[in-house]
Amino acid sequence: MSKMHVKLTVNGKEVEGLAEPRTLLIHFLREDLKITGPHIGCETSHCGACTVDIDGKSVKSCTTFVAQVNGADITTVEGLTNDDGSLGVLQEMFREHHGLQCGFCTPGMITRAHRLLQENPNPTEEEIRFGMAGNLCRCTGYQNIVKAISASADMLNAQKEAAE
Amino acid sequence: MIPAGFEYHRPGDIASAIGILQEHGDEARVIAGGHSLIPMMKLRMAEMGHLVDLQAIDELKGVKIGSDTVSLGAMVTQHEMITHDGLASAIPLIREAALQIADPQVRYMGTVGGNVANGDPGNDMPGLMQCLNATFELSGPDGNRSVAARDFYEAAYFTAREDEEILTRISIPVPAAGVGQAYEKQKRKIGDYATAAAAVMFGQGTASVAMTNLADTPIWSADASTALAGGDVEGCVAAMLDAIDPVADNRGPVEFKKHVAAVMLRRAIDRAQSRAG
Repeated sequence: MSKMHVKLTVNGKEVEGLAEPRTLLIHFLREDLKITGPHIGCETSHCGACTVDIDGKSVKSCTTFVAQVNGADITTVEGLTNDDGSLGVLQEMFREHHGLQCGFCTPGMITRAHRLLQENPNPTEEEIRFGMAGNLCRCTGYQNIVKAISASADMLNAQKEAAE
Repeated sequence: MIPAGFEYHRPGDIASAIGILQEHGDEARVIAGGHSLIPMMKLRMAEMGHLVDLQAIDELKGVKIGSDTVSLGAMVTQHEMITHDGLASAIPLIREAALQIADPQVRYMGTVGGNVANGDPGNDMPGLMQCLNATFELSGPDGNRSVAARDFYEAAYFTAREDEEILTRISIPVPAAGVGQAYEKQKRKIGDYATAAAAVMFGQGTASVAMTNLADTPIWSADASTALAGGDVEGCVAAMLDAIDPVADNRGPVEFKKHVAAVMLRRAIDRAQSRAG
């Protein structure tokens, strides 16, 4: 099968490569671009460890062909740091509130939470749990993940207010 | 898990997409959101030489709200159906059901056209569209035709759509004012298909009742709907239990599924009634 030319914007940078159309986005990110934040968990679109942001949507990159997203703007957990490379708000709050133990689900959790807070800057606990329902964690019992996202919402809102 | 190789096509209009399907016959399949098809391709239970991606076809997009009819493009995603306020006020049942499909990430990608055209008995939209008495618009080499949702499903994964046809839009009559609507779904966990789900419209002397994942097609029952329209809830439940044909699987034995079916149907009737004007 001949390879196709793939052009993406990933974490603000334009990248290009050659890929067979059957290449899954998660493999292109990890193996071709060496962006290893998004993880391969269940490979069946249940666990959410591979979640990335594509043109403003949270998407499971294990269930997406790179051919389908040719030309898209993609953000992974690596793109959610501050400009100086320090931890972004969600990343810092997950650390602060112990929103992770083994860390395997964390890149997907944070990337999904990023989109959730873009769409709903003041979520209730119930809205956080419903909005994070596509991401599984086998360590924390979710309690501290919910706390970390809630604290991130407060901090992002305070930052926004201070800037106005 | 890596699927078998294929050639990728991204046509810009319906005619070109049909042309590719005609050229490659059995070797070609369309892909919408891909969240049913790609898992099957990864398991090598679906293989095709040509994958025809419908994402660039504008004719398949958009929600049109008319006074009598709502038209959904086949590529409208569940996320779009949930966030579209005009749709939620015209037919609230659609948002209520869409929120119960899969999980947030899947709802950004999953489309209404894929959900109804796939023919999977587990999908929620087919039963819902039968309850709403929707019509599916198909385009193929011989032109366009319409098929009622209630006539579309033949068996699991077998529908009235021919291989070279594409399901392009869904037309739904706007329910009359005062007709209550409800969707009730029992599932084992987030992302699961229904053990049983019920779509109900009830009020103003009319009723329509359909159920999901209790046979190899969705089940809309004329007898159950007529009974409910006359106010006979027990008759409605009895007629529906007679119409469904569940099989034992890892969601439970037949007796349990019939039990859950009756519970879901009663709950949906109660809630539709409470919303009727």
